[in-house]
Amino acid sequence: MNRIKKTFNKLSKDKRKAFIVYITAGYPSMAATEKIVLELERSGVDIVELGVPFSDPMADGLTIQRSSERSLKSGTTLHKILKSVKKIRGKSQIPIILMSYLNPVYHYGVEKFVRDAVKCGVDGAIFPDLPAEEAAELEGAARAQDLYLIFLASPTSTNDRLKIIARHSKGFIYYVSLTGVTGARAALPSHISKNIKRIKRLTDKPVCVGFGVSNEKQARDISRVADGVIIGSALIRVIGENEGKSTLNKAVGKFTSSIAKAVHNE
Amino acid sequence: MLPGKRGYFGRFGGKYVPETLMSALDELEREYLKAKKNPGFKKEFDFYLKKYAGRPTPLYFARNLTKKFKGARIYLKREDLLHTGAHKINNTIGQLLLAKRMKKNRIIAETGAGQHGVATATAAALFGCECHVYMGQEDMKRQALNVFRMALMGTEVIPVTSGSKTLKDAINETLRDWVTNIRTTHYVLGSVVGPHPYPKMVRDFQSVIGKEARAQILKEEGRLPDYLLACVGGGSNSMGLFYPFFKDKVRFVGVEAGGAGISSSKHAATLIKGGIGILHGSKSYVLQDSDGQINFTHSISAGLDYPGVGPEHSFYKKSGRASYVAVNDKEALAGFKMLSEIEGIIPALEPAHAIYQASKLAPKLSKKNIIIVCLSGRGDKDIDIVKEYL
Repeated sequence: MNRIKKTFNKLSKDKRKAFIVYITAGYPSMAATEKIVLELERSGVDIVELGVPFSDPMADGLTIQRSSERSLKSGTTLHKILKSVKKIRGKSQIPIILMSYLNPVYHYGVEKFVRDAVKCGVDGAIFPDLPAEEAAELEGAARAQDLYLIFLASPTSTNDRLKIIARHSKGFIYYVSLTGVTGARAALPSHISKNIKRIKRLTDKPVCVGFGVSNEKQARDISRVADGVIIGSALIRVIGENEGKSTLNKAVGKFTSSIAKAVHNE
Repeated sequence: MLPGKRGYFGRFGGKYVPETLMSALDELEREYLKAKKNPGFKKEFDFYLKKYAGRPTPLYFARNLTKKFKGARIYLKREDLLHTGAHKINNTIGQLLLAKRMKKNRIIAETGAGQHGVATATAAALFGCECHVYMGQEDMKRQALNVFRMALMGTEVIPVTSGSKTLKDAINETLRDWVTNIRTTHYVLGSVVGPHPYPKMVRDFQSVIGKEARAQILKEEGRLPDYLLACVGGGSNSMGLFYPFFKDKVRFVGVEAGGAGISSSKHAATLIKGGIGILHGSKSYVLQDSDGQINFTHSISAGLDYPGVGPEHSFYKKSGRASYVAVNDKEALAGFKMLSEIEGIIPALEPAHAIYQASKLAPKLSKKNIIIVCLSGRGDKDIDIVKEYL
């Protein structure tokens, strides 16, 4: 069974919400990423998203733009990321989702990507620049290999679009909390819970909320209305502050375990 | 007629954008199709093109140029004579009229050479809209005159410091603004690039160039031309000229920026040297490395300095409807100098690429042949750059 599905089954049985964390793969290095993923699992993270850096990240704010640029400079490629996932699989069974703009994967070859990703232990993929309408080729390949494609919904999605997204998305639906790019926000829009209810009326699939989430309080509030909470930029900032120091993993663990407790209502 | 319903020209085009933009693109498409059928919209658009922008532009028989090369008769489509000095205003007036219909009073745009930025600032001032233009820091230096012109018309020019600090990153930044302010804002994209419906819509607005040229050459010569030549960055002036001749027996030649030479890495010859990929919302040719990362480009002309190209051009290339050649920086400067000296017309560096190509092609043809070159803009903005090189 796909690890994402397994995780949501267990969470639902335990009546717990999912804590999902995004990190840019290869920031500050691939070796660091491999260690950080294990630390994330130890500190209560349920699912990890590994960001594949891209030269033109149009849906990302400054934090992830910079981490992507740094990662590319240090030589990160999709190929190396897959190799790292394979290494991680020797030590951990945490669900891993690749989050990538379409071009690096398209260039790698869609079918080859799906095959290699699954072989290395990747469970799902998210493409911020791929709406369901354009996904036929990827979906065909992914279905054959049981790779989950997760689609995004946003505050501007009409009900008609939400139905399409819900039908295509596998594992869960990624609800973008705000109209904007990624990046930690001090305050989140008040319409989140209303919009999640709108999606929930159209589907039984889990709905997880990302973009802008940066602290315990926001995570706790969202976990009351959604099935999962996704953070990215706030953690990337922590990684940036501790880059090159021996305290890196400890700082990551401290930050994520506090938010994990909020999400898991502990 | 292409594109099809989903915005594809053959296998190129589509809508590869974040979900947040999808409903705005749907709205834009609906509004555009509605406007296209509305005689009132067409009348208004034609009015502003004629009375404000200065259409129709002349199709000028370049007597001296023709004489010099002793070959084909060379005509210049004088888009450089339009208000703001380039073809870009055809599109910005059209899009501003649409924005007003959608009640979106905040306007954003990207710009490379600054010509699209100036044309957007102009239309925004004319129609009383708030306007913000994203421009790469590198381009702001290269095109300081245009930065000042935009400011004079009340537009805020926002420097883009990420990535290559040129047009590619200006588009990224404008898309980020649009995702954030989607409900109040219309993005006036300046070329036949981006997600559907932009490539189609911008082509339609720019096709006034080719429609006029077609009627003008039939009147003047009693027949269609043999060749159309135009420079290709994103590809809007070339597509505007080519499209109305699509079904005619007329050859299309797109001229890309060869920069320091297409065997180096410093060029912007996307169709000649690129591969198929996805950038800025559509599937088209892109310049990319072996990992699918988008390359930095180089051209003496900021307006051609872009690693992508409109999907309809990709379709023309793949189907063989058009051919594409590269002209490098030095050759473009030679074209620039030549047209200034022998016709008394100072072209922008972008169409100077096409002028140079015309000088290579004309001598190979007979005196019965006809070439039309799109002179997409005038060269005032480039004086400082040219001074450095000549």
